[in-house]
Amino acid sequence: MNEIINKNVTLSMGNGGSENNELISKIFYKAFKNEILEKSEDAAIIENGKLAFCTDSFTISPLIFNGGDIGKISICGTCNDLAMMGAKPKYLSIAVIIEEGFSINLLTQIVDSIKKELLINDAIIVTGDTKVVPKGSVDQIFINTTGIGEVIKSGISANNIESDDVIIVSRDIGTHGATIFAQREGIELVSDLKSDCASLYPIIKELLSQDIKINAMRDATRGGIAAVLNEWAKASDVCIEIDEDQIPVSEEVKGLCEILGFEATSLANEGTFLIATNKENGSRILELLKTFNSNASIIGKTTNSYSKKVILKSAWGTQTFLEMPTGELLPRIC
Amino acid sequence: MDLSLKDLYDGFRQADVIKEYANLITNKSKLLSHPINIMEVCGGHTHTIMKYGLKQLLPSNIHFIHGPGCPVCVMPKERIDHAFVLAMQKDVILVTLGDMIKVPGSLGSLQDARSNGADVRFVYSPLDCIKIANENPTKKIIFFAIGFETTTPMTSALIDQVIKKDINNILFHINHITVPEPMKALLDDPTNKIDAFIGPSHVSVISGSKIYAEFPNKYHKPVVVSGFEPLDVMQSVLMIINQFIENRCELEVEYSRSVSYHGNITAQNLNNKYFETKDKFRWRGLGDIPKSALKLKDTFSHLDAEILFNEILPTQMIDDHKLCICGEILKGKKDPKDCKVFGTSCKPNTPMGSCMVSSEGACAAYYKYGNLK
Amino acid sequence: MCLSIPSRVTKIDYKNNTATIDTMGISREASLDLMEENSIQIGDFVLIHIGFIMNKIDEEDAIISLNTYREILDAMDAEERQKAILESDNCPNTTKG
Repeated sequence: MNEIINKNVTLSMGNGGSENNELISKIFYKAFKNEILEKSEDAAIIENGKLAFCTDSFTISPLIFNGGDIGKISICGTCNDLAMMGAKPKYLSIAVIIEEGFSINLLTQIVDSIKKELLINDAIIVTGDTKVVPKGSVDQIFINTTGIGEVIKSGISANNIESDDVIIVSRDIGTHGATIFAQREGIELVSDLKSDCASLYPIIKELLSQDIKINAMRDATRGGIAAVLNEWAKASDVCIEIDEDQIPVSEEVKGLCEILGFEATSLANEGTFLIATNKENGSRILELLKTFNSNASIIGKTTNSYSKKVILKSAWGTQTFLEMPTGELLPRIC
Repeated sequence: MDLSLKDLYDGFRQADVIKEYANLITNKSKLLSHPINIMEVCGGHTHTIMKYGLKQLLPSNIHFIHGPGCPVCVMPKERIDHAFVLAMQKDVILVTLGDMIKVPGSLGSLQDARSNGADVRFVYSPLDCIKIANENPTKKIIFFAIGFETTTPMTSALIDQVIKKDINNILFHINHITVPEPMKALLDDPTNKIDAFIGPSHVSVISGSKIYAEFPNKYHKPVVVSGFEPLDVMQSVLMIINQFIENRCELEVEYSRSVSYHGNITAQNLNNKYFETKDKFRWRGLGDIPKSALKLKDTFSHLDAEILFNEILPTQMIDDHKLCICGEILKGKKDPKDCKVFGTSCKPNTPMGSCMVSSEGACAAYYKYGNLK
Repeated sequence: MCLSIPSRVTKIDYKNNTATIDTMGISREASLDLMEENSIQIGDFVLIHIGFIMNKIDEEDAIISLNTYREILDAMDAEERQKAILESDNCPNTTKG
């Protein structure tokens, strides 16, 4: 079926999971067909492999959260996508759409966060655009950033994962999604939850300087690690087997998942990434990642058992498929 | 031993103990004279069984049959259409709990209504309606109430507050249903394959295990009321096997840390204040089941959206797509995998029947947790 | 059927008839409307469902269950040790005497 069934766009089409992918492929990819686009990586590699290029829009609510704000995330998001392709972030553009009546103080605070995060990535904003729209046209402020990076290490791609690779996660998962959900209006929860929102280039720079072969690397944003693992399994046509008890999850994120019936593997992250590498390189990479966050872990490996699928193995010997996340994240009810 | 909160979760999920229960069950089940079909009534238990892969640990002579204890799954399409029509009314905010948003009726789902401009909100607690009502004094807040005995008291508590605080813009569309009646209806069908029941955890916390007394006594089917954690379910399976081996047929409570015979009397009294039994209710897949649902008492008809909006609410009964076998699955006669459209035309984001749309539904649980052997 | 979570009571607001409960580091308010007056104390373990405390968990009963599981594990360990000893006794490579 090449048509989308719905007549209108639904909220779940922005979820980073299967409906999102359906919208993108059946409307956008269909219209804009080209080889580079269809690779569907975090950033496009252009100019014969010299540059990486990507874009992202930020509509997060609440604007300020424990661990960051929309300014920080607008830089982390784009710079991380470049870093995930083995590129050093260099030049960014920024376009803001601001709702009439927005506080100038708040705008300044956001801009300060942006400035701080640019320094961490050693990148600069070279062009931008500002629009102000009438009240109600956007929810306070939307930001788009587009980035160009210089490729330092090529060959990192979702299509390059091999059989007998190991899968490593850089830290405990789901903290960003859990933090945002907890803070959002409608569910009054008080906790120490903190988003993992962070620029990954400093870690990647270290990693790339080590001259270890990396097959794939991706930060787990919307759709969580479940989305990344499924995308990888499909792109490289492998089976990915994950040991559930090796996935690092903090107690607070577990608590939120219990309360709301979520799976931590589907929760968004903004500073957590996965690496696929040959077995021999696993422990070296893990050691390096542990110097940045002690929760870095080897969580699984690739095999040939079920093509293009992700399997979750429990500590008591049972297994289930870890599917691509679908739908909006809604709390389970009775 | 000092109990910590963590013990109440992790203690009932210990991998080694789960493995050992699998061995105990496998060994004990060798003494059974025939295979046993255990119906877990409650959607939450289906979810536990699938999520923790418990079916993979059971020997071949023990089967789970997935029961109708998923309030979203058994909601007939025409009542979902009620929600849709109410939501599309001008100056109405339709409020409900999570999963209802995605269930498709014949007009679409509440999610579709929202994309068409309706004000539909999901809340974590019914009490959140009060805040919405205060913030929107010119609108009518209609709470589309769903759920079994666990959730009914929370609606009652909201009604209580609406009356005490004199809130004049909250109305109710009541779809609360009860567990024992569909269990009886299933057993009244002579082709049923049920040998024993795993009783719901939290319905039982509210209503007490007393509501299952007639099943061993009158219907000769053992009932073990189980908790939600994997070890609770494994232990309950073992208790059922032991009953068959020892020729007993009893009501037992595995979940004794939370379930008593009489239940939560305060909650029951609150329900009795506002609700009475409805003569009948049409259950999706199961047909009419007498005395299986609740309605507001006549004194409170001024709060009943079904009465106040009677003229615009659709009355036509709507049957399922002919390829949908949710009814047979709900009765425990078929498995999701027996369905021709399972995983193909019928998936979580394009559900043809409610069993797929609610995360408590057998089909969604199978789809999500893959049922790998 | 109904998602309900064990939590611990950390504060009680008698005026509004609510309690503050902690679930693995996440703190929330829950209504006491379904509980008999004064039946819930600070430190109690309770079950929460959609914003309401539904009941008090019987700690002693929970401990009995957990002890049962421990006994099962101990029995399993003992059995495995027996098995390991037997295997070693029967091993043809062991020199006797």
